Amino acid sequence: MSLDFTKYLLSRPAPGAAGKTGTWRTYRPVVNNEKCIKCGLCWLYCPEDTIDWLEDKSVKIDYDYCKGCGICAEVCPVKVIDMVKETVV
Amino acid sequence: MQETIQKQTRKVLVGDHAVAEAVKLARVQVISAYPITPQTLIVERLAEMVDGKEMDARFIRVESEFAALASVYGAAAGGARAFTATSSHGLFYMYEMLWWAAASRLPLVMAVVTRSLGPPWNIHDEHTDLMAIRDSGWIIGMAQNVQEAFDMTLASYKITEDPRVLLPVAIGLDGFILSHTAEVLETPGQDVIDSWLPPRDPRVPYLIEPGGEPITMGNMVKSDSYHMLLKKMMDDSMSEARKVIQDTFNSYAKLTGRNYGGLVECINCSDANYFVVSMGAWSGDVLKAVNDLRMEGYRVGMLRIRFVRPFPEEEIAAIASSAKGIMVFDRDYSAGFGGVLAGEIMGLVPPTVSFKGVLAGLAGVDVSPSDFKEAIKGFIDETEELGPMRIRKEWLMPRMGGE
Amino acid sequence: MSIRIDQLPRDKFIMPGTAACPGCPLLVGLKQVAMALNGKMSLVIPAGCSSVIPGMAPTTSFNVPTLHVPFASSPAVASGLVSAARIRGNNGPVVVWAGDGASSDIGFAALSGAAARNEDLIYILADNEAYMNTGIQASGTTPWMAWTTTSPNGKTEDRKEMALIMLMHKIPYVATASIAYPLDFIAKIRKANQIRGFKFIHLYAPCPPGQKFDDSYTIKMAQLAVETGVWVLWEYNQGKLTISPPSAMYRDKAKRKPLSEYMKLQGRFAKVDADAMKIYEAKIDSYWNTILKLSEIYR
Repeated sequence: MSLDFTKYLLSRPAPGAAGKTGTWRTYRPVVNNEKCIKCGLCWLYCPEDTIDWLEDKSVKIDYDYCKGCGICAEVCPVKVIDMVKETVV
Repeated sequence: MQETIQKQTRKVLVGDHAVAEAVKLARVQVISAYPITPQTLIVERLAEMVDGKEMDARFIRVESEFAALASVYGAAAGGARAFTATSSHGLFYMYEMLWWAAASRLPLVMAVVTRSLGPPWNIHDEHTDLMAIRDSGWIIGMAQNVQEAFDMTLASYKITEDPRVLLPVAIGLDGFILSHTAEVLETPGQDVIDSWLPPRDPRVPYLIEPGGEPITMGNMVKSDSYHMLLKKMMDDSMSEARKVIQDTFNSYAKLTGRNYGGLVECINCSDANYFVVSMGAWSGDVLKAVNDLRMEGYRVGMLRIRFVRPFPEEEIAAIASSAKGIMVFDRDYSAGFGGVLAGEIMGLVPPTVSFKGVLAGLAGVDVSPSDFKEAIKGFIDETEELGPMRIRKEWLMPRMGGE
Repeated sequence: MSIRIDQLPRDKFIMPGTAACPGCPLLVGLKQVAMALNGKMSLVIPAGCSSVIPGMAPTTSFNVPTLHVPFASSPAVASGLVSAARIRGNNGPVVVWAGDGASSDIGFAALSGAAARNEDLIYILADNEAYMNTGIQASGTTPWMAWTTTSPNGKTEDRKEMALIMLMHKIPYVATASIAYPLDFIAKIRKANQIRGFKFIHLYAPCPPGQKFDDSYTIKMAQLAVETGVWVLWEYNQGKLTISPPSAMYRDKAKRKPLSEYMKLQGRFAKVDADAMKIYEAKIDSYWNTILKLSEIYR
């Protein structure tokens, strides 16, 4: 009973602490996997940690949380990430 | 656990040094305090003890009182037993941090050597500073003499670290009147205290450490209702603290033979029909007045407030139910309102019971036992003659100096 | 000690779905800190964007032990937190992740105090050059002529040089960094972590909404700052001050990119005319001069 306050006072890490931030997007990054040179820069610079740099060095984007900021497209040295306008669902 | 009174050491110490002695015996691990008269002797004695290896603690030489409380708060969040002390302006400089510390639910002990606030600059005693933090969530006690300053500081660790409480504790002692006055006191041995007060469990309530569990304390909350609930939980812990405080001093009494009570100490109360309420060192002078009046046939008792937070509601209501009159002396002042104690108590006193709140002794102005006696006698005589009065604020002004 | 990007840990030290603005530089920076220390640090965070970014209790995006604290208090709280850790025999890093408001203004005294005590902390001033969390007001590190809501005609005062101030505190390690040079920043953090005492790193973290540029340009801006010479990467390590490799070539003014390339992309510098540009360039030259002289003094 007495330590119950820790349930509300303490926080524990989880994805989506600010909700499904993928809904913020107006543009989504789309990677051309054939042309990707697997350098990992997009993973390195993604602020939201929504890009995974996999074992085989390819990348995978988590669209549940990607905010569409476009940093990945901007830093890609071979410009194979396109920012595609989100369509109305 | 010992059930018999253990051998104690007799000492003569000023109040500030008695507090430092208690901090040493409590095996405090992190100390941080910024000097301010009349608390300075605490800081200096503790620095001496740490440098002289009398204490195994880290003394952090901070740049301000705000940093002092912030650093002991950090130490507590990191699992250590910590201590700070301040007065007056210093207390107000850490005001933001006081609230943050209490709502963080971390165990902490702070000595407040009470002192008036300027301008004009004044280093003499007044309880206003201590009273000003009464809303913050800190448990607030006040000692009457050097012995109690020692006892309360020590016991505060047991109270604050109790899982039912987990609220920080501030212990007030009157500036100069206690802080710089030497009195005899008795202190239990280190081994006795060690078994009564074991080391703090660093995981209670939580521990923030490098490489530790990835918990976060303090980020914004999803729903405002959670925040309100946390406040209610603080209130519940304050209620639990009443019992913890009583139990703590009861078990301490088993070791030392000294028990002044829980939230209040009531002397000559069992057959009293008039009660005088006070807090702090001048309660000794009030008691002298009360005893003199007893000799003259007045059935008057003294209720000394030891803890103003949690507010001793039940104890006040109990005397109010049987009293003909209650008089409260405040050595503090809330501008535009009056004495804080009088204001908080009056609400529990029905209009059929005579009530008078007296404001006196601000800025260290002396109030002698005969001053008290005259005031109390006047109150009782007037009540007996004219029936109950209801005066929340009456200034007891001193004779002006230099006239 | 060179680091390769593919050797960096790929753990999610920050969980996706934060409350940060899209393109937030603080997330980029904090991720780099976590990568440098493998997530084994505890964080002390004063009021600022990073108080809000982690999202709402009872969840948080930060996957490391974190203590959020009042605005002016972080260096002092961290002093106590690290004292307790060391008493417990825990020698892991305690990192203060503070903004420019908390560091150069309201918490300046506490920062100075903690540095004067040489507390065993890594203090990272994540500088987005204004009070961004409260909606873009001028801070002690906001550059001259920058628009903010409290300096609508452009800030009239110059910025405080926080890293130089900290250098004068005689602490063992002071460095500047930029989120566009992660390997440099990570190397600096790892080096700092090897040293006992107060370590200060001033990190440039340009903010899209606050500095008024497109949110995809965050890294580009942090890079241009270095390439134009506006932000100098340097490192002071226990007696020796060196210009960091990414900034080295820009000691030669001719090699710097034109200042306008940096300024024109930021809406906050829209009112900087040709005359002001000249003064600005002089300020940059003056800073370079100071740093180069210091690198000779601390050899």
